[in-house]
Amino acid sequence: MTARFQRLAETDRAEVRFTVDGTPLSALAGDSLLTAMLTNGLSVRASEFGDGNRAGFCLMAACQDCWVWTEAGTRLRACSTLAEDGLAISTQQPGAAWLKNA
Amino acid sequence: MVEKRVIVVGAGPAGIRAAETLVAAGIRPVLIDEGRRDGGQIYRRQPDGFTRSYETLYGTEAARARAVHDTFEAIRDRIDYRAETLAWNVSDGRLWTARDGEAEAIPYSALIVCSGATDRLLPVPGWNRAGVFSLGGSQIALKAQACSIGSKVVFMGSGPLLYLVAAQYVKAGANVAAVLDTSPFMKRVRAAPFMAVLPDLLFAGVGLMRTLKTAGVRIATGITPVSIEGSDDTGVSGIRYTDGSGREQHMDCDAVAMGWHLRPETQLADIARCDFAFDAPTRQWLPVTDDDGRATSDGIYLAGDGARVLGARCAEVTGRLAAMAALSDMGIAGDPAARQSLLAEKARYRRFAQGLAIAFPWPHELAANVPDDTVVCRCEAVTAGTLRETVDIGGATETNRAKSFSRVGMGRCQGRYCGNASAEIVAAMRREPVEAAGRLRTQAPVKPLSIATVRNEA
Repeated sequence: MTARFQRLAETDRAEVRFTVDGTPLSALAGDSLLTAMLTNGLSVRASEFGDGNRAGFCLMAACQDCWVWTEAGTRLRACSTLAEDGLAISTQQPGAAWLKNA
Repeated sequence: MVEKRVIVVGAGPAGIRAAETLVAAGIRPVLIDEGRRDGGQIYRRQPDGFTRSYETLYGTEAARARAVHDTFEAIRDRIDYRAETLAWNVSDGRLWTARDGEAEAIPYSALIVCSGATDRLLPVPGWNRAGVFSLGGSQIALKAQACSIGSKVVFMGSGPLLYLVAAQYVKAGANVAAVLDTSPFMKRVRAAPFMAVLPDLLFAGVGLMRTLKTAGVRIATGITPVSIEGSDDTGVSGIRYTDGSGREQHMDCDAVAMGWHLRPETQLADIARCDFAFDAPTRQWLPVTDDDGRATSDGIYLAGDGARVLGARCAEVTGRLAAMAALSDMGIAGDPAARQSLLAEKARYRRFAQGLAIAFPWPHELAANVPDDTVVCRCEAVTAGTLRETVDIGGATETNRAKSFSRVGMGRCQGRYCGNASAEIVAAMRREPVEAAGRLRTQAPVKPLSIATVRNEA
């Protein structure tokens, strides 16, 4: 299995193209960023507390488990952000890699 | 003369009926909605470009969903509707909102809070793995995105939503592996006299069971969760539970939807310093209101599941009642007969909810006995053992002290998904009733705000 979410209907929609950590991916117009990421993979980020990968939880903007970042550093909640053409997503907080190497 | 301003928070069934009632009385309310569009969670609209029918999306509630949406469209031009706006604080008679990094303080004469509910969760070993979702979240994946949360899904928890969402998944063509209910079946028999007060809802429940059984879905009642298995990397791969006769069972799956009924979003009422009281049947602290929805703080009114979980149908009733109460307190008389009829309707939903609490109880003893190495706080991966140490080593006597010591309840969800269980764990450690463990105090902002948020003085 390479995708967590399975599409059951509504597949006749325009394609949107975006990137996650530099990898080009595609999804459908009207997808949330969470749906876009989980129809392309199994998780959206790694827990900062060492207990593995996370794929969101509540989908209603309450749990804050699906935080990702734009390459410009803006924090997004994937469940309540629309996937749009040209979005460039980083699954790590900007600077996290730099901190690890410091 | 200062104009009377009424703010309604939330655009679900309660908020829309409240706004409609205000508009009919000649008021132009501000309607604050965190969502992109009206409807709330239960009558959430699918995105533009999706084509499924109301019947497909909302089943037996299709006509109600359509009526609520139609009402919103009809009053749209007569309200100040603010979508994608977070209400995050209440102080000095003003509601603080944030949208697109701009904060605003809106003064009010009356604030009607229809903030809805989230799933109530019980920590289970492995519930922090990728592929475990809240039950409500699994429903949103289907309703708003036409997706299943996995290719083989187990539904675990208790309550009407458990069977509703599982049946919706079956109807949509998803692969549902099992429905695992912690409540023993016999409890439903005891609850039937209460639930008979709303026969069509009771029959709707029976219909869901039939859908699941016809589809060959395994339904197990009286189960005890053991663990959700899988790996840190790829997430869920299976589930272990003890069945009603005490035998351990294992099942492969790649997704688990979990929830034990709902808990109200009471943060704004708490910040507005409304009194709360412990509700023994649901083991939850709820804001105190009169029958119409007046809270104990001046100018604050509460309606819908955010006040007390009574379901979407009743939210329309309590939304109207709260708006009528606000109008009456501003000197705008309403129709006493209409009020009496709404109060009678609300009483029937209260009785039905009593039945639900008996049929599908919160398994507090499971929460109290969660194994020490189980994560209680998903936000920061804090275990039950760490939480227990705050009591037996740290000397914490209630849940806020335990939070300061352990950070359980201090993470980014602000206690929404650990708070109920953490109170049970602390109370059990102290051998006290759960109400003695108190309730987590709310801090503003009620959800994380960007540090770049600036105040709009316009």
